[in-house]
Amino acid sequence: MAEQFEITDEMREAIGVESPPWVYEVTTTSVRAFARGVGYTDPVYFDVEAAQKAGYRSLPAPPTYLGTPVFIPGQSSDTFSGPAQGGPSLQHGLKGLLDGGTETEYLEQICAGDTLVSTSKIVDLQVRESRSLGKMLITTSQATYTNQQTGKVAAIQRSQAIFY
Amino acid sequence: MALSASKLSVGDTHEELVVNDLTRTQIVQYAGASGDYNPIHSDEIFATKVAGYPTVFAHGMLTMGLTGTMLTNYVGDGRLTKFGVRFASQVWPGDTLTARATVEALREEDGQHLVDLTISTVNQDGKEVVKGSATARIDP
Repeated sequence: MAEQFEITDEMREAIGVESPPWVYEVTTTSVRAFARGVGYTDPVYFDVEAAQKAGYRSLPAPPTYLGTPVFIPGQSSDTFSGPAQGGPSLQHGLKGLLDGGTETEYLEQICAGDTLVSTSKIVDLQVRESRSLGKMLITTSQATYTNQQTGKVAAIQRSQAIFY
Repeated sequence: MALSASKLSVGDTHEELVVNDLTRTQIVQYAGASGDYNPIHSDEIFATKVAGYPTVFAHGMLTMGLTGTMLTNYVGDGRLTKFGVRFASQVWPGDTLTARATVEALREEDGQHLVDLTISTVNQDGKEVVKGSATARIDP
């Protein structure tokens, strides 16, 4: 448990620094795998013909699915499949990590066949104190997913991580 | 079928069972689909002996995705404009989850009808595992 913890100037400087872009592919196979993983039975997520009858270009991305990160050995994280270097890392020394939640804004329809390019940045840092975990650093990151074909922002995701 | 603003009232609720007796296989399917291979979700020895948990547990994003199935069944596919959650408690193999949406507000923005929902997903003991909110486009 951290008794003393402060946000340093160095940490503050990391706010707003954009990560290098990372490519996420939305494919029929990955939409089906995701839809199956979260328990969909609705044919629009599995059958291209059913999806097109419902007015989609192809299988639509279910909520929370923003494509599968393209895995490149040596560049991707072996654990999370996303970029191994996601942007400026904070040297905060805290060992514990909790997922503080996530919120996504959907601006454009995402369908199989789309390629999304994501960049992320830290948008906020806060220190809070909890009785059980002591001083906690709460980081808010924002990832922007842009459709490579249309150039339009398809989704914006904000996530909080709690370090303690 | 999309929801219609004229048929909704603040306080209306919709509830669905989103997973019954969550299997380890489904957790592994989600790991493969999302690319999140953190061993805490799939490796029993790592989860218990190294990380000190009673067993493996579901990805938070799996619980969010399961909750999302209730939302699309309720508001229709391709209708969500916003979906956010906090993870309140862990979800374990064998858990049965029920997701509920409650109509918080009905409003119009640039001629588009929108519904704001609060979301709560609970396990078989009534313990909340996900708490959140969502907004969806609805018909007039």
